Amino acid sequence: MSQKILEAKNITKYFEDPVKVQVLNDINFSINKGEFVSLTGKSGCGKSTLLYVLSTMDTDYEGSIYIDQDEMPKNDEGYLAKIRNEKIGFVFQFHYLLNEFDVLNNVMLPGLKLNKYSKEKIEHRAYEKLKLLGIEHLALKKANQLSGGEKQRVAIARALINDPHIIMGDEPTGNLDKKNSDLVFDIFKKLAHEYNQTLLIVTHDPSFADRTDRIIKMEDGKIIS
Amino acid sequence: MKKGILINIAKALLLARWRQTLVAAIGVTFSITMFVTLLGFMNGLNDLLDGLILNRTPHIKLYNDIKPNANQPIKNAAAYKEKYHFIQSIKSDANKQAIYNSQAIMNSLKKDERVVGFTQKLTAQVFFINGTTDITGVLNGVNAPEEIKLFHFNDYVVAGNAADLEKESNTIILGKSLAEKLLVNLGDVIQLSTARGDRFQLKVVGYFQSGLKDIDMVQSFASIHTVQKIMNKPNSFVTELDVKLKDINLSIPTAKEYAQLYQTDAEDIQTANAQFETGSSVRSIISYAVGITLLIVAGFGIYNILNMMIFEKMDSIAILKATGFSGKDVKSIFMYIAMSIGFFGGLAGLLFGFILSSIIDQIPFVTAALPTVKTFPINYSIIFYIIGISFSLITTYFAGWFPARKASKIDPVVIIRGK
Ligand SMILES: Nc1ncnc2c1ncn2[C@@H]1O[C@H](COP(=O)(O)OP(=O)(O)OP(=O)(O)O)[C@@H](O)[C@H]1O
Ligand SMILES: [Mg+2]
Repeated sequence: MSQKILEAKNITKYFEDPVKVQVLNDINFSINKGEFVSLTGKSGCGKSTLLYVLSTMDTDYEGSIYIDQDEMPKNDEGYLAKIRNEKIGFVFQFHYLLNEFDVLNNVMLPGLKLNKYSKEKIEHRAYEKLKLLGIEHLALKKANQLSGGEKQRVAIARALINDPHIIMGDEPTGNLDKKNSDLVFDIFKKLAHEYNQTLLIVTHDPSFADRTDRIIKMEDGKIIS
Repeated sequence: MKKGILINIAKALLLARWRQTLVAAIGVTFSITMFVTLLGFMNGLNDLLDGLILNRTPHIKLYNDIKPNANQPIKNAAAYKEKYHFIQSIKSDANKQAIYNSQAIMNSLKKDERVVGFTQKLTAQVFFINGTTDITGVLNGVNAPEEIKLFHFNDYVVAGNAADLEKESNTIILGKSLAEKLLVNLGDVIQLSTARGDRFQLKVVGYFQSGLKDIDMVQSFASIHTVQKIMNKPNSFVTELDVKLKDINLSIPTAKEYAQLYQTDAEDIQTANAQFETGSSVRSIISYAVGITLLIVAGFGIYNILNMMIFEKMDSIAILKATGFSGKDVKSIFMYIAMSIGFFGGLAGLLFGFILSSIIDQIPFVTAALPTVKTFPINYSIIFYIIGISFSLITTYFAGWFPARKASKIDPVVIIRGK
């Protein structure tokens, strides 16, 4: 049952700028399918850095990353893009949406890129995801006409469109008020427990972290618990 | 499907900045408009000037130059072999001007595969009698129908009809300036005298205007038989054979061959008018240079706008990359943007270029030198339009390539962190 979705082995990373500093120091952990994990730690301890490495966007590290038991190559940009498209959903602190498109198209975009289903099917799926997040009535609005909380929910819907193995979030509630934070948390929880969705969320908010299944704590580039 | 989504994204980015896009496209449109118009106009001029000289110049002219006998008797005297010869006892003979055995040459030319046609010509020095003064002139005996067919003689007969020379005997076509000098009108009879003093009366049936005043002041035309009669020469007497070839580029070797074969002088059009070719190619080079310069400027416009767009859309590019679009996809998106500016701007440029050419084509351009031309000449060759659109696509391709590559290399982590 405990199928490993994400595994990090001996992840070490240095920044050269301006002097060589070690940001990540021999990180080892794994996440099983359906787990709702939060990653916490003091500011500057390397959480975001670790998340970018895990998301395959940053390939400048030592060690190995396994997504769905496949080791990620470090120099095949096209392949990694495909992995991000198909297997990883990403939610940022600042809800990056494409302002040129409406909500529906923003959600559909990674699906169209994956090109696994027909356009009609993708549109239907996008509506389902929006409904799941309670924002289907916003489908035809322009992305820049939404409130912060709404944008963040659209970003989550977009992360879900290709049924990814794992959703990663870098402080997705960091910019939201308590009410919207709770809303987003409830959505994550529902995804994890009702849809068996794996989640790895970086957060500063202790009340958020406490309610997740498991907390990974970092300090100075190391995992301490 | 996958291409479709990239094109959709490109379209959305384009429309989001449609003002700047329009400015870039107008830059391309403007340069292609100028390019097509300039080439059309310059080549129209080239055609016109080529026509002016090349159309009525024989490709090969067979004639006998008046020159002293190359084989002077003194050369045969062994005692003076190494000396300079002051004595040239055998003088040039005007009778030698006639082409020897012209009938045989004409029969042989008729059979020659390379020849479109040829005309005979006979030139005589005459004096036009104008009251108490005589005006020197040249009377050309021509075969009018052939001359019209091969060398567009009719284009330069501005009044009357060139064909009348053959229909009526004792008729003449005068150079326009000459006619004005002689104060004669169509239908009038003029008197002329030959170098030997014989007098003849000829009826004026037309005016000739070549565009070159020096020629129009002295030249006149009559049928070849009339001139033979005036000169008191037999029917076979011709001084020049003008040959038109199927391929003008063969004129040099063919002329050499004829000179050997027929034992005459042979002048080819390429040697005689080399400077015209130079003028034509210089005009073409100038129009290409101006067109390409304009396009390069337009290319920098596209380059700038794409750079600006990429700078503004960093977030969008980061998002696309984070959600699974590869660097190649991002590059394609920006290449689509550049190429569509080039394509649509270029297409509009072709259209406006055609319109502008048509307008120039309507502008009156009347000059005494060119009697057949009424408006500015334009060449509407499809080639210029094909070159125009290809140039615009190539320029925009390169203008788009560098910004697109820059966009494809954007590191999403840097952008996402930067917030
Ligand atoms: N591009 C970079 N070059 C050099 N040092 C960097 C760079 N990016 C981050 N750092 C440093 O690496 C360390 C870890 O940064 P990171 O953003 O991972 O921290 P974080 O845990 O996410 O902090 P926060 O909770 O404030 O977001 C910090 O000390 C930071 O200054
Ligand atoms: Mg961080």
